[in-house]
Amino acid sequence: MKVLVPVKRVIDYNVKVRVNAEQSGVETKNVKMSINPFCEIAVEEAVRLKEAGVATEVVVVTVGEDVCQEQLRSAMALGADRGILVQTEHDAQPLGIAKALKAVVEKEQPELVVLGKQSIDGENNQVGQMLAALLGWPQGTFASNIDIADGKAQVTREVDGGLRTVALNMPAVVTTDLRLNEPRYAKLPNIMKAKKKPLDVFTAADLAVDLAPRVKTLKVVPPAERKAGIKVGSVAELVDKLKNEAKVIA
Amino acid sequence: MSVLVLAEYHKNTLSQATLCAVTAAKQLGEVTLLVAGQSVDDIAAQAAAVDGVSAVLQADNAAYADMLPENLSALLADIGKDYSHVIAAATTTGKDVMPRAAALLDSSQVSDVIAVENADTFVRPIYAGNAIATEQSSDAIKVLTIRSTGFDASAAEGGGAAITKIDNIHDLGVSNFVKDEVAESERPELTSASVIISGGRAMKNADNFKLLDGIADKLGAAIGASRAAVDEGFAPNDWQVGQTGKIVAPDLYIACGISGAIQHIAGIKDSKVIVAINSDPDAAIFEVADYGLVADLFEAVPELEAAL
Repeated sequence: MKVLVPVKRVIDYNVKVRVNAEQSGVETKNVKMSINPFCEIAVEEAVRLKEAGVATEVVVVTVGEDVCQEQLRSAMALGADRGILVQTEHDAQPLGIAKALKAVVEKEQPELVVLGKQSIDGENNQVGQMLAALLGWPQGTFASNIDIADGKAQVTREVDGGLRTVALNMPAVVTTDLRLNEPRYAKLPNIMKAKKKPLDVFTAADLAVDLAPRVKTLKVVPPAERKAGIKVGSVAELVDKLKNEAKVIA
Repeated sequence: MSVLVLAEYHKNTLSQATLCAVTAAKQLGEVTLLVAGQSVDDIAAQAAAVDGVSAVLQADNAAYADMLPENLSALLADIGKDYSHVIAAATTTGKDVMPRAAALLDSSQVSDVIAVENADTFVRPIYAGNAIATEQSSDAIKVLTIRSTGFDASAAEGGGAAITKIDNIHDLGVSNFVKDEVAESERPELTSASVIISGGRAMKNADNFKLLDGIADKLGAAIGASRAAVDEGFAPNDWQVGQTGKIVAPDLYIACGISGAIQHIAGIKDSKVIVAINSDPDAAIFEVADYGLVADLFEAVPELEAAL
């Protein structure tokens, strides 16, 4: 079974983002970039499926500029076998990305696509569901467990009320939630090996997909600041403030 | 403008999040609520009674019994093509189904909308709420998910819409429901509770979370947890408050032993009053708390319970 893992390059999880002076987006100059954490969990899951003998090959793919090859290499250092970059100058949006991924799926014929439920930049939470729709495949979103057996993927999903388990015919699309696994750290020899793994580059034109954005960002502003209040000295003072000043308890 | 809103329900009650989505929808045009499921006469009747709803469509079929996204998105795309906007609450169901419906309509989706500027322009948080973006969609049909904290709930009574049964059946037969593991609780839902008390890593173990029960009982509060506490196994996943968990906006949020990672603060910063109890005076949570108490939570929490 071949597993395809789409990944995204984003501002590193630990960076405190700032809105840029033009209010057109956030500051990206001299900012550390990494694989989106949810995508890293997807790579880890695919690699574990391979280690367990369930998957035979793990292919990582990203849609973006040339520099995104860095994130493909990082994914290969975690154990993915090869990478595919779909090159684009546009700031690709979820529907366009899903269309590009559909073209890659048609080329690669994986039986399972595992990807992050959302990226921590745009936080759209759309690509996996859109890809599943375009392929006509079933989807298991926000997964905290995946079992592959007898041609089905049994997926436990983190939902508002608790957990829901669904059984999906294969091929299928699964999106990862935080508690699916804890990704390993890449070891130095594997980082070196990853540099020699195959990486193919296609353009959107090669795949005949339209990546033109449909949603325009008019402006980006910082959120309203919440000011720090006061420190109280005791539980009694706290209760008094809540009753008589904030009036949120009776 | 005509707006189709997907109705969600739990235990035979139309959900609060849907009532918030209806409020957003009313700002865009005439509202039709779509009730899909099996034996959903009661829900359709509740939907028809919601203030400001013009019409209710009831798709009653086994194919929609478990809100499976494959079938539901096909239904939404089928019916939605006659509307200017297709909307759902940004719950895990909405997040599951709507992007799939959007792709079938060849539309983008604007996720987690917190304000409607006009028919094609919407406001939404990005980067864990560290930036607020205004986005304009050029698609013919706008597909949106609505974050409940951005809109008040529409009144559940006062409307009198007609219910039309529809027989559009989409059964892809590619997935099936296996089981739900839902914690039964007498407490309110996190996303609609007016008071929430949450515990963090400093709670130390799952047993200690019971310390929060007394205060929750007295205040009629929901109980939440930080991601750290959920990851450590102290609390179930559906208690998680924060960027990747539930976004909440109660009147009173009490954070016990929560350090205040930006992802947690992103999920609580619209609360009216935030109280933080933490033994570390430099904890980031104090930067957003209206009332901070530097104390050992194992002393302060029982004391607070006794004082209420």
